[in-house]
Amino acid sequence: MNDIRLKRLSLRHPYLFALFLLITALGVNLYVQPNLFSQRVLSGNMRIFLPLMFLSAGQAIVVVGGGIDLSMGAMVSMVNAILVTLITRESGTSDIVTGILAALGAGMVAGLANGLSVAYVRLQPIVTTYATSFIFSGIALWILPRPGGLLPSGMTELYRATPLGLPLALWIALLIGLVWVGARRTRYARFLFAVGGEPESAYATGVPVSLMRLSTYVIAGLLSSLSALALTLNTGTGDPRIGEAMTLTSIVAVVLGGTRLSGGQGGIIGTLMGVVVLGTIRNIISFANVPTWWQTLVDALIIVGALAGPGLIRLIRGGSEEA
Amino acid sequence: MKALKSIRISPPLAALLLAIGLFLLGGILRPGFVSYNQAINIVRLAAFLGIIAAGQTLVILSGNAGIDLSVGAVVTLGAILVFRHVDGQNSRVIPALGVALAVGSGIGFVNGLGITFLGIPPLVMTLGMAGVVQGLILVVTQGQMMGDPAPIMSRLISEPLIFDIPGVVIIWLILGGLMWLLLHRTRYGKQLFAIGVNRKTSRFSGVRVPLMVLATYTLSGLLAALGGFMVLGFTGSVFLNLGDRYLFPSIAAVVIGGTVLAGGSGSYYGTMSGALVLTLITSLLTAVQLPEAARLIVLGAILLVLLTIYGRQRRLRQ
Repeated sequence: MNDIRLKRLSLRHPYLFALFLLITALGVNLYVQPNLFSQRVLSGNMRIFLPLMFLSAGQAIVVVGGGIDLSMGAMVSMVNAILVTLITRESGTSDIVTGILAALGAGMVAGLANGLSVAYVRLQPIVTTYATSFIFSGIALWILPRPGGLLPSGMTELYRATPLGLPLALWIALLIGLVWVGARRTRYARFLFAVGGEPESAYATGVPVSLMRLSTYVIAGLLSSLSALALTLNTGTGDPRIGEAMTLTSIVAVVLGGTRLSGGQGGIIGTLMGVVVLGTIRNIISFANVPTWWQTLVDALIIVGALAGPGLIRLIRGGSEEA
Repeated sequence: MKALKSIRISPPLAALLLAIGLFLLGGILRPGFVSYNQAINIVRLAAFLGIIAAGQTLVILSGNAGIDLSVGAVVTLGAILVFRHVDGQNSRVIPALGVALAVGSGIGFVNGLGITFLGIPPLVMTLGMAGVVQGLILVVTQGQMMGDPAPIMSRLISEPLIFDIPGVVIIWLILGGLMWLLLHRTRYGKQLFAIGVNRKTSRFSGVRVPLMVLATYTLSGLLAALGGFMVLGFTGSVFLNLGDRYLFPSIAAVVIGGTVLAGGSGSYYGTMSGALVLTLITSLLTAVQLPEAARLIVLGAILLVLLTIYGRQRRLRQ
């Protein structure tokens, strides 16, 4: 009886395990770094987490819709290159607005290219977005052959602002969560879950499957742009390879957050928790004085352990495994 | 319409024809590209990718979103282990290879355990293991690459052995034969295709699915470590991300060779042609001396075109 209730609870709230991870990780982090919730440390952490939050949120939407996007990191690099090329130290407001709009547009066009290939040309998402990632990386290198560029200091200072006593990045993170909670009640979200879970029946009941799939990649492109914007505001400069490593991390964050890669389930709340968990693990490792050469291993082992968590619980409780 | 469909050539053959076409195109773009030596050189480069992609083929065939993102890290670890244990002595090659293969299999086995018994999706399980392996490499080496390959390794792997053909190509062809036997003449092969198509029905018909999955990921780890040994015989030195550049090409080679990412349908000779095509494209792009940015864009575009030719999925309304 109890088992079934637990199962149902975890099905309805897929982020429960992520919440457990989050509380544990934050607890340990607080222990090794007592000033974790001071405004300065919180602001620093959130500024680092926010780019991956945008990116993972986009990844989560694609994954819920039954796909995957391996080009997101390359899109971040491309948009980062565009931003630092269009906006320079001396840029005025109109240049900055143009630069940001161009950046957002570029991400959406890139996402559109992914979406058209996957939804309408019907290519397999993994290899397609892997192929387009080359194109986006190439464009990034073409625009910005080597690291450089500098944003106006006003912009980077704005990103460090703390309105109402809380870091701006934290407000934005909360906003991402709120938008998702609101969006969940819409027809779009219902269609999204249907397309990811049972594409055949979704199609049979009149859901525009291809259009829905296309839209997830466009949203992912837009969120990659926002991720690049946050990243660029944080570093203040450009690097044509800056996003490379972020793609796979975003997938790990999505899975840690309780979203299944098979689609049709999960969401952004858990994903945001996943990002914080990943970042907090890094913090813990650096504050717990883990020897430098051991850090990667410890980090990876904790992540694998966290990924194994739900399965271990099921195994110990003797639940039947899925075939 | 029906007649048109029936004359469609199979993906492995299409990839092979494409490889030959690309090679000839290279001759037009760069006079001197088409030569016996250049052909041998390209096949040699393709052999490394092909050997590494062998395990990937098995894993993808096994279905259920099977994929192995740890092969890059295992290639590096395999090469580093051999590099350290051989230490320049021919007599230590066999034991060192044994150690590398055992460690590679072990890593694959752990992947298999996580996937079958803990229900971790293959993509993130193997990605996580790639991180663990990278961590292990850093702990073991502390950034210092000490060791030396044995002279016999480059002699047997990268230098011409018979008729100017390097050893690695002969090893690759033998592996191709073994893989064909494994996939089409053994019970393992039969069951692998079965679980790739449908795990539930194959379980009902007596296939021990968890055992099959474990064996498949273990084999993938073993073959990746073997790939690391081969790559070391070619490069003669090791570095921390030696194997990374083979990771996604190993998946692309499988797909270009006509193996369906959903599993259950495909072949290793397809992957072999896929590896040839990919290597040719890269060599061609290097030969025409484009700047890196243009090279990446063209490579991505070519991959997309290749996928459009035969990587398309069926329509929903059928």
